[in-house]
Formats: sequence, C-alpha cells, structure tokens
Amino acid sequence: MGIKIVKAGMLTTIQDLGRYGLQRYGMAVSGAMDSYALRLGNNILGNPDNEAAIECTVLGPIICFEQAQLICLTGADLSPMIDGNPLPMWRPVLVEAGSLLSFGRPHLGCRAYICFQGGLDIPEILGSRSTYSKGGLGGWQGRALHEGDRIAFRHHYTGKDSLFHWSMDPGLYPDLTTEIIRVLDGPQFTCFESNAQKSFFSDVFTISNNSDRMGYRLTSKPLRLTEQKELLSTAVTFGSIQVPPDGNAIILMADHPTTGGYPVIAQVATIDLPLLAQKGPNDRVRFERISLDEAHGLLKKQHTQLKKLKSAIALKYE
Amino acid sequence: MGSSHEQSLSIALPNPIRYYPMGDQAIVLSFGDTLSEALNTQVRKVVACLENWSQPGLIECVPAYTTITIYYDPLTITYQELLSALQMIVQDIPEDTEYKGLKKEIPVYYNGADLAYVAQYNGLTEEEVIRLHSTPEYRVYMIGFVPGFPYMGGMDSRIATPRKEVPRLKIEAGAVGIAGEQTGVYPIETPGGWQIIGHTPQQLFDLTRESPSLLEVGDRVCFVPISYDEFVQQKTKSNGH
Repeated sequence: MGIKIVKAGMLTTIQDLGRYGLQRYGMAVSGAMDSYALRLGNNILGNPDNEAAIECTVLGPIICFEQAQLICLTGADLSPMIDGNPLPMWRPVLVEAGSLLSFGRPHLGCRAYICFQGGLDIPEILGSRSTYSKGGLGGWQGRALHEGDRIAFRHHYTGKDSLFHWSMDPGLYPDLTTEIIRVLDGPQFTCFESNAQKSFFSDVFTISNNSDRMGYRLTSKPLRLTEQKELLSTAVTFGSIQVPPDGNAIILMADHPTTGGYPVIAQVATIDLPLLAQKGPNDRVRFERISLDEAHGLLKKQHTQLKKLKSAIALKYE
Repeated sequence: MGSSHEQSLSIALPNPIRYYPMGDQAIVLSFGDTLSEALNTQVRKVVACLENWSQPGLIECVPAYTTITIYYDPLTITYQELLSALQMIVQDIPEDTEYKGLKKEIPVYYNGADLAYVAQYNGLTEEEVIRLHSTPEYRVYMIGFVPGFPYMGGMDSRIATPRKEVPRLKIEAGAVGIAGEQTGVYPIETPGGWQIIGHTPQQLFDLTRESPSLLEVGDRVCFVPISYDEFVQQKTKSNGH
C-alpha cells in the first residue's frame, strides 16, 4: 500500500536525478527539471539525493494516502494542502492514512516535488527511476501518472515523531522571482552577428507557450548568424541554448534529445538550471554572462552548503 | 606537382584536434567540421579508449560525426585536469591502430509510404531505389534524436531526397528513411520528417538486451530486402522474447 492518484494534475511524473551513461545510444537523461529542489527534499527526509519523487507541474494532482508516510514538499509553491489545510513546505510532514494531498492556485514557480521518506516502489530502468515519456520508459509504466494509479512505498514510516518543529532555511533555495539566468558562451557564440551577441545579454526573452520538459522556446528579436551554414550534429546538453534558422532561441531542458544540429549561442550555468526550470510560459528571463571558473565556483559553494545541511539533518533523525 | 605534394603532406599530418567547454559540465573534443569516414574513425578509436578509462568524475561520453562530448562532475575533476588527461589519452593512441566497426545486417521490407516519391524525385523506378539502397555498406556516424536512432552515411547519391517539408506526426517503429544523403531507422514511434521507404522487423532498441542499442557509432550496416511474409515472420519472432 502507498498512494493512489485521485486526479492526475497537469503533468505529474516520477523523476530522480536522471538516467546517465546511455546518451551515446540516444537515450535522454530526463530526471527532475529542478534537480536542486529534489535533492533538498530528499535531504530533508534523510533520503539519498537521487531518490525518486513526484514532479508536479503548475496544476498539481490530488493524491490519497492509503498508508501513513513522512513526506516533504519542495520547489514551486503550488499551494499544497492536506485535507484542505495548507501544508508547510521545506520540512518533514507526517501524512496520516486516509488523508488527501491536493494543490490550489500556483503561487510561485512551476514545478513542485513530493518526496517520500524511503522512496516509492518503482523499478529502476537502465539505472534510473525517471520517466522518459517520449521513449515510453522509466517512472510509472513509462508515462505520466493517471487517475487510479497506485504506487506503493518502499518503506513504512516507523519513526517515533509525528510532529516536526524544524524546517530548512529557505535562503538555501533560489529566489524564484529572479529574472536573471547566468550563462556561459556557447561553442558557436562568435558565429552570431555582433548585434546578436550584444542583444543576447541585454534583451528580455519571453518563454513561449510551446515549452515543455524537452525545451523552452523563447521569443525575442531574432538572433542572426553572420553566415548561415550547415553544422554536423553533435551532442547537446540540458541548458544548451540553440538557435534555429528563424532566429528564436530554444533552451534544451531535461528530456532534450541527445544530439542537435543548430548553433549553440550559450549554455545555462548548471547552478541556474533549477531557477530556469521553475519558469513557465510568459515568464521573462535575461541572460548574464559568467566564466567557466565562476560557474564551477558557484557549484562548489552550493555543494558545501548541501554538505552542511546534510550533517545538520542527520542529527535530527538520530 | 608542387601543390599535389603539399596536398598529400596535409593528408598525412594529423588533424588539429580542438578541445572546448560545452557549459560547465562537458568538454568537447573535435576532430574537424566536415563529414568524413576518417574523422569518424578517429572518434570511434578515442571512444574505445575512454570506455576503459576509470577516471573519477567522468560521467559519460557521447560520440557524434566528428566530435566526442565528455560529461564530467566539476566537483570531482577540474576542467584543466580533465583536458590534460584527455590530451594524454589521445596522444597515446597509436596512429596505425585500425578500427573496423562490427558488420550488421538489417532486413527491410521495402513498402514505405514515400518509396514512390523517392523514385519519382530521382527519376528512378521503385525497384531501382530498392536495389540502390540495399547495395552499399553504410557507416553509423552517430546515434541520437531518440534511443537507438542511427544516422548512417554512405548512401548512393542517386537516391538522395530532401526531408519532408511538413514532418509526419507519427512514424512507426522500424521505419527506414532517407534524409538528404543519409539513411536511418526509427527505433520507436515518433513524429519525424524523413522519407520512409521501408520497414524492418528488427528492434533497434530493446531493453531486454544487455546492450539495448543494436548499433554503435562506427558499425557497418547492410540492408537486406525481404518479402512481406518474411517481414511478418521475423516481426513475430522479434516481438516474441
């Protein structure tokens, strides 16, 4: 016994940190769009970073707990509720058997994560529990969750505590109202017209409706190359900002195809992928250039913070 | 005379290899910008070395036509450390090592919805298209787009046909297609723009196999025409396990 999906929500999928090692065979990595929110949620519950959770998109699901479990909500604030009462995020919460988890109006951000202590009983496919919908594999039967799906827990909650009086310092998570996304120059940055090189860092880009887990389409003044030339396809990554001939950039997201043939003007710094993943249609972004060293420095700083958080939380569960 | 000497010299010289970052978690090793079997063979040789490399922080590598993209964990290994290590590996590959990819046969029932169009576009009969498509030995230059999709070169230019202007919303798994001078096979049902000339009963991506992808970069592929009856028979068999 575990949970039962009463209402699916807009796009509700099982995700962990992704499926690595098979991109050379065309297998997408998938995984949580906001991997930082997932890791924080898992850390708060004492789970390994990579434990699979439920990723909810804008309009969350309704989930019935058929068994009690310790959970933690992180990421976007989609107004989570337990039996109609607001559910605090960023802390462990014990949900009683028979309770309903639901969501209200999306308040801030696009993707919320429901993490479960000990994880969900989902088989690992090619080393990951992440859903890759296009390939029809991983997660729950290779697809987004539907009404009526029942997923068991891997562990019963046996802890003594039913009330938790601590929560994570919200300062550890990025401010989702930030419009600035930090990027590194892409391999073809210098192939763009000098105007495009300038406007890329000064213009405001709007995320179009035609955006999903595979990619975000941006609208702006068209970005032009100095000369159109055919490129041989090569590997692309989560955060590659490609520019097709129409001049409108596309940012590749978690379910992106492994290879692409459009010039890449810039690459979103890994540190800001979670922030970008929380943006949705009609949200605006601006790009700020950083160096490779700066990007690595930011990741190291975050890693140190996570390590501190981990040891502090380990004490709570002793 | 002088210029032909120079040319042969430049062929004998190793290609200048470029290394550059792709974001903050990947490094690209590029052998050049032009489609060539020789460059793709270099890619395959380096990938073969990287497969046996147990470098902490190395996540995975993705070969393409002329590049290898190596994903790494910057918390474990710095860009400079990885760059130096890669340069050493590439340097140590003996020039004369041969890499001959595995030879694989893919049976095709040539019944594709665009077979007539490909014939008409090139002023050929359908039989001629089938014969020209099933004669050469192709090379897998890259696997990408969806799991197991091979981009193959070596096609007879007499059957080259541009992609469809409006992609199909649904292409069946096993569909064999042409895009420009390349040919490929759709391993799963997906939208796509290639001209479909036939179908294979073979599964190109199969989770029950130890290595799910039938093909690897560098493999050599031949298409073998089969009849409808053989197609049905082999399809039943490949779905059976």
